[in-house]
Amino acid sequence: MRAQTLNRATPYMFMAPAAIIMAIALLYPLGYMIYGSFRDWNPSQSIGESEFVGLKNYITLFFDPAFRESLSVTLTFAFVVVAAEMVLGVGLALLLDRNIRGMSVLRTLFILPMMIAPVVVGLMWRYMYHPTVGTFNTMLKSWGFDGIDWLGQNALLSVIIADVWQWTPFIFILALAALQSLPRSALEAARIDGATAWQQIIHIKLPLMMPVLIVTGLLRLIDAFKVLEVILVMTEGGPGLSTEIVALRISRTATEFRELGVAAAMSNYLLMLLLLLTVAMFAITRLQEARAQRAARQIQED
Amino acid sequence: MQYERQNPAFYALLAALIFMSVGPILLMFVNSFKLDVDIIGGRTGLLFLPTIRNYETALCDVLWYEPDHLDFCSLKFGGAFINSLIIALASTVITLVIGCMAAYALVRFRFMGRDTISLSTLMVRMVPPAVLLVPVFGLWNNEFCIDKATMVGGWIRDTFGGRGDVCLAGTHSGIILVYVAMNLPFVIWILQSFIVQVPRSLEEAARVDGAGPFQVFFKIVLPLIKPGLAAAAIFTFRIAWNEYLLASALSDRNTKTVPILIVNNMSEFNVEWGVIMATGMLLAIPPIIFTLFASRQIITGMTAGAVKG
Repeated sequence: MRAQTLNRATPYMFMAPAAIIMAIALLYPLGYMIYGSFRDWNPSQSIGESEFVGLKNYITLFFDPAFRESLSVTLTFAFVVVAAEMVLGVGLALLLDRNIRGMSVLRTLFILPMMIAPVVVGLMWRYMYHPTVGTFNTMLKSWGFDGIDWLGQNALLSVIIADVWQWTPFIFILALAALQSLPRSALEAARIDGATAWQQIIHIKLPLMMPVLIVTGLLRLIDAFKVLEVILVMTEGGPGLSTEIVALRISRTATEFRELGVAAAMSNYLLMLLLLLTVAMFAITRLQEARAQRAARQIQED
Repeated sequence: MQYERQNPAFYALLAALIFMSVGPILLMFVNSFKLDVDIIGGRTGLLFLPTIRNYETALCDVLWYEPDHLDFCSLKFGGAFINSLIIALASTVITLVIGCMAAYALVRFRFMGRDTISLSTLMVRMVPPAVLLVPVFGLWNNEFCIDKATMVGGWIRDTFGGRGDVCLAGTHSGIILVYVAMNLPFVIWILQSFIVQVPRSLEEAARVDGAGPFQVFFKIVLPLIKPGLAAAAIFTFRIAWNEYLLASALSDRNTKTVPILIVNNMSEFNVEWGVIMATGMLLAIPPIIFTLFASRQIITGMTAGAVKG
């Protein structure tokens, strides 16, 4: 009898610590944020003392040109970065999917950039982009070109390049793993039928990799909305608002402008955007599973 | 295993790729051994006198001798390094223990609320740290406190002084708590995919032999998912070690971590490149070491985390 109750309680006992911690430090704060976003709240008062203002924060933000600007910067950044990384990463994976010596060393070197702290990545690139001392401009000048104003006029592009440098390997590794787990028989059949390398890539490899690629791209997209430190260190959001992504704006609104309510509402907008992306990811994976099951059933019936 | 021969252009491309991915890191490494004069002088070559002066400046508060080029130790990097180490290690260990228990329960048992928990775990994975900034700042400073009115609060005030309430903000535990919560969803997700692969019959055999649920977990399951644990540990450590935003909101003068120190020094008007590069290098070294020794686990973890969808 005692053993039975113990057995029934086991899953809850295993689950309890994680559930409690996530409830205290993740779900409760999120609820607190949503509650706070309806209030006029500054850091010197506790949330109980703040005044309820309804949807005012949300409406102000919706018509705030600065917030719209930073939203569009965030969207541009995220989509450009993911598109560039997908093209480069998948391209490299297709190119390097060969049986060569030292592949594991290569992969190790490639994942180095994404293991390093974003803060450090930011400072490395800030040095390389430096108008007078930086690597790029000294190189350009020694070849007789004019230096480029990297972090000034081309700030967003420079930030995008740095992120592409750091995260292309992620796509590369996942695409390579997907490539190497493709069914050999399909590729061999294509080769025997005389398909060229290009035809193999377009008609066989890419379609078969597609499920993994879509999930990878969406994961990367969600992560691209989390980027903050690299940009903070490189440009601090400037010049002007040209690289001020929403995450940076949240932190500035909270610490510099001291408007916690507005910052909370902003966080909520960002969260809703990410929620949409996550739901899309779920829907796509579910759809794929269903399709795979249907295909499997069809094969069995034949 | 047979290796294919490739044409020279292919190897040239490989070399270029390696140069591109490692180049910036090497550049930082080299520059951290240069004097500011050499860095600004623009001589990009390798011809310079390497010096450890930058590292001495950075680590002046933990050195056993006083570097003669320094009058005053302004950069308390050593202390921040120790803070970072404490926070990263503690949050990694706690996350792993708690996370793998939860993952095991989610995979092996059917119980009430299992699907809800599993779904919400996946959902909170997408929450960016910036979103947590405002509520965590508010809660950790105002609500998660031991009030001075209660017994414990009064005792702490009497013993250690201070204003009375003891809050989570500004303590190591406060930062650790956020990191654990932030990393749990990801760790649970990765470990699930490893635990699924442990054959059920093995656990049942142990059960028949009289092992309780906890014994089965610690003696049978844990040793079998070591690669998954390694991957999860590296990812958690990486995030806890590298994170800036939440740490900067929660830490006070004594609990600053390395990233905060670097950012603070960057935003000053006159950047001392050599010292900054040295601090950056010190921050980058632990993850680099992990990568070199455990790249296989990292890659397994990455693919397991993404492919499972």
